Amino acid sequence: MSDLNNMTAAESAATKAAIMNQVPGSEIEGQSPLHHADFASLAQQGPKTGGIHLREHKLLGHLTLRCNAENAEQLAAVERVLGVALPLQPLSSVESGNYSIRWMSPDEWLILVPGLETFEIETKFRDAMPGHYSLVNSSGGSTVLELSGDNAVTLLQKATSVDLHLNSFPVGKVVSTLFAKSTATIRRIDEQRFELVIRRSFSDYIWLWIQDASLEYGLVIEA
Amino acid sequence: MLHIYCPHCAEYREEDEFHCAGQAHISRPLDPEACSDEEWGEYLFFRKNPRGLHHELWVHAAGCRKFFNMTRDTQSYEIKEVYKIGEQPSVVAE
Ligand SMILES: [Zn+2]
Repeated sequence: MSDLNNMTAAESAATKAAIMNQVPGSEIEGQSPLHHADFASLAQQGPKTGGIHLREHKLLGHLTLRCNAENAEQLAAVERVLGVALPLQPLSSVESGNYSIRWMSPDEWLILVPGLETFEIETKFRDAMPGHYSLVNSSGGSTVLELSGDNAVTLLQKATSVDLHLNSFPVGKVVSTLFAKSTATIRRIDEQRFELVIRRSFSDYIWLWIQDASLEYGLVIEA
Repeated sequence: MLHIYCPHCAEYREEDEFHCAGQAHISRPLDPEACSDEEWGEYLFFRKNPRGLHHELWVHAAGCRKFFNMTRDTQSYEIKEVYKIGEQPSVVAE
């Protein structure tokens, strides 16, 4: 019986896990889950000042990696592919150029990469990773919002019970939690700037919720 | 509202991020075919309902989505300890 845990990278690559390029190419327009909200027009016509700034980072490549944090060969392979090591500390994240990695669980990471590079990176993983692991392209399942501004923290406090004080939620920390009865993976990029990875199917609800919750501060759409 | 320490995330979170999945340390019989109806029935359906210390299985459903164990006092709701799957509780009923 072949032992998945002991497979070399070559053996593992030879199993030819069926992967396909999910992005047709840059010449075909992709539509984000918030396409209908038309952030580009809102950014032009809407208010220019307010306590909340919102931007969508659409059509990024979302890769969910599950592997063994105690397997040094796997960790080295990830570093070879992405040029940066997996964050092993709970609730931490790393960023390197266009790539960013979020700790999701002791054996799970969410990697965001530029949309058009996703397939290439997936392919590299298939060739480089030894042992038992899983890499899933979940780009179509979620989208990324960036929430910033003077009232960003106050707005988030309405949505989640997580402590957002800088002492317990420093820059770079990432938490998966409840967000306005939906869920989100929240990462602090800056003192007043947060990244939310949200479910595609909840994106319209969250968009409506943010508009409502930011009424008292003023909402500026950026695109 | 319980304030629960997730041993995987290594921090406290509010109860609404978690689900309780019932009694902990229920091991499936190694040879189900060899069980009597009574043994199999005990395994499937019968659970403890103590007043006092109870070992429970919880899952950090909205967070890291990992399971862990918790020893809780069902009378005072006090959480005595949390520990990972595969570990044994250090606080046990007399
Ligand atoms: Zn957790």
